[in-house]
Amino acid sequence: MKPQFLVHDKKDDVGVAVVDIKAGEKAAGSCLEDGSKITIEAKDAIPLGHKIALKAFKKDENVTKYGVIIGHATKAIVQGAHVHVHNVKSNRW
Amino acid sequence: MSKYKFQGYRRENGTIGCRNHVAIIPVDDISNAAVEGVASLISGTLPLSHPYGRLQFGADLELFFKTMIGTGMNPNIAGVVVIGIEPNWANKIAEGIAKTGKAVEAFSIERFGDLKTIEKASWAAKALVQKASEMKREEVDLSEIIFSTKCGESDTTSGLAANPTVGKLFEKAIAAGSTVLFGETTELTGGENIVADRMKTPEAREKFLKIFKDYADFVDAQGADLLGSQPTEGNIRGGLTTIEEKALGNIQKIGKAKVDGVLYPAEMPKGKGLYFMDTSSAAAEAVTLFAAGGSIAHLFPTGQGNIIGNPVIPVIKLSGNPLTCSTMSEHIDLSVEKVLTLEQTLDQAGDALMEVLLKTLSGRLTNAEVLRHREFVLTKLYRSA
Repeated sequence: MKPQFLVHDKKDDVGVAVVDIKAGEKAAGSCLEDGSKITIEAKDAIPLGHKIALKAFKKDENVTKYGVIIGHATKAIVQGAHVHVHNVKSNRW
Repeated sequence: MSKYKFQGYRRENGTIGCRNHVAIIPVDDISNAAVEGVASLISGTLPLSHPYGRLQFGADLELFFKTMIGTGMNPNIAGVVVIGIEPNWANKIAEGIAKTGKAVEAFSIERFGDLKTIEKASWAAKALVQKASEMKREEVDLSEIIFSTKCGESDTTSGLAANPTVGKLFEKAIAAGSTVLFGETTELTGGENIVADRMKTPEAREKFLKIFKDYADFVDAQGADLLGSQPTEGNIRGGLTTIEEKALGNIQKIGKAKVDGVLYPAEMPKGKGLYFMDTSSAAAEAVTLFAAGGSIAHLFPTGQGNIIGNPVIPVIKLSGNPLTCSTMSEHIDLSVEKVLTLEQTLDQAGDALMEVLLKTLSGRLTNAEVLRHREFVLTKLYRSA
């Protein structure tokens, strides 16, 4: 089956939707590093190219993609939520 | 010698071009009208109009000359006509270009006016075009050329598909003996240490980190941060949230390759392998600097659909975003969207891109060329005197 989201690295806690994912859908993901499969229930609609939370984040917790920190949560984020500029900010500026 | 061959033009100094332009180069903004006059009279000429060249000074003036001379030296150009308002700077640019051995003629407008200058320069351009039309392509090796990459309007699909596809091609081309360039200084923010760790020598590492810090300090000195510009609105629409995320996707373009050296803007690499050039992340500025540094073709991965082209070098666009590939298909030379659905491996995508690159180098026009995208944009370091 074609994946609905991809995960770059085993250490990542966000995945990237490669199709539009509907809220409430049990989305199938695949990790590019080792081919492992993961299923997450989407809490929000996740448009193609946007990120889905693979775990729950506390406010100020760092977010990892490509196995590297890409920013921090500006508020608590639930597993399966849409992760973007409304709840994550750069650690650089 | 490698297994990658194409049909190219061998120039007087042994460098290889994939296009056979006769460029009409203005020294300054006020010579654009004469340049356009020549280009409209003489078929097969390429006008490179631009808005600068007056009262620049210091490092900015130096970069201006380096870019103009480097552009004229590019192996995709068979012959050059330079037109300036006065003779000194026109001759300076013409003499710089003439070091390649190619035919260059310089004209100046003062004491003649536009009309007489256009007439004289048109006679010269006519002879150059006819001479260039006699040149024949011959079989050459990918190891003999310089080419470049820079992405634009990236999104998360860039980091998943289009950028690592270029990374695969870069790994193959470097192993085959080619020279390849990447840049985009500010867009490495968050991944700068990863790039620094790829430097083959401590000197290159130190030079890279200094260039990176100087750019960051320059941005700080403006009393601004880049939030709102980096990532761009297009990046955000495509799902990129932070500069770090964008940078990590960006770096996929060099694959697992090590970096042989670090270049200043428009500087030509002296050896083979992978080189970082200090450039703006604005697409047309960066591609113009790469071309001035000797790149003869450019690989441009895009997510949301940046449509840039360059007058001197072909710009090949690839995208992994299915929406972009279907809604903007006239701009995309290669779709790698099957990488997203795991129906194509990155290695296969890299081979597909290599095929497009070799065809383009042999003369096939890119979408940007056919659509007349000729963005020639000089990098200006600060305002003129």
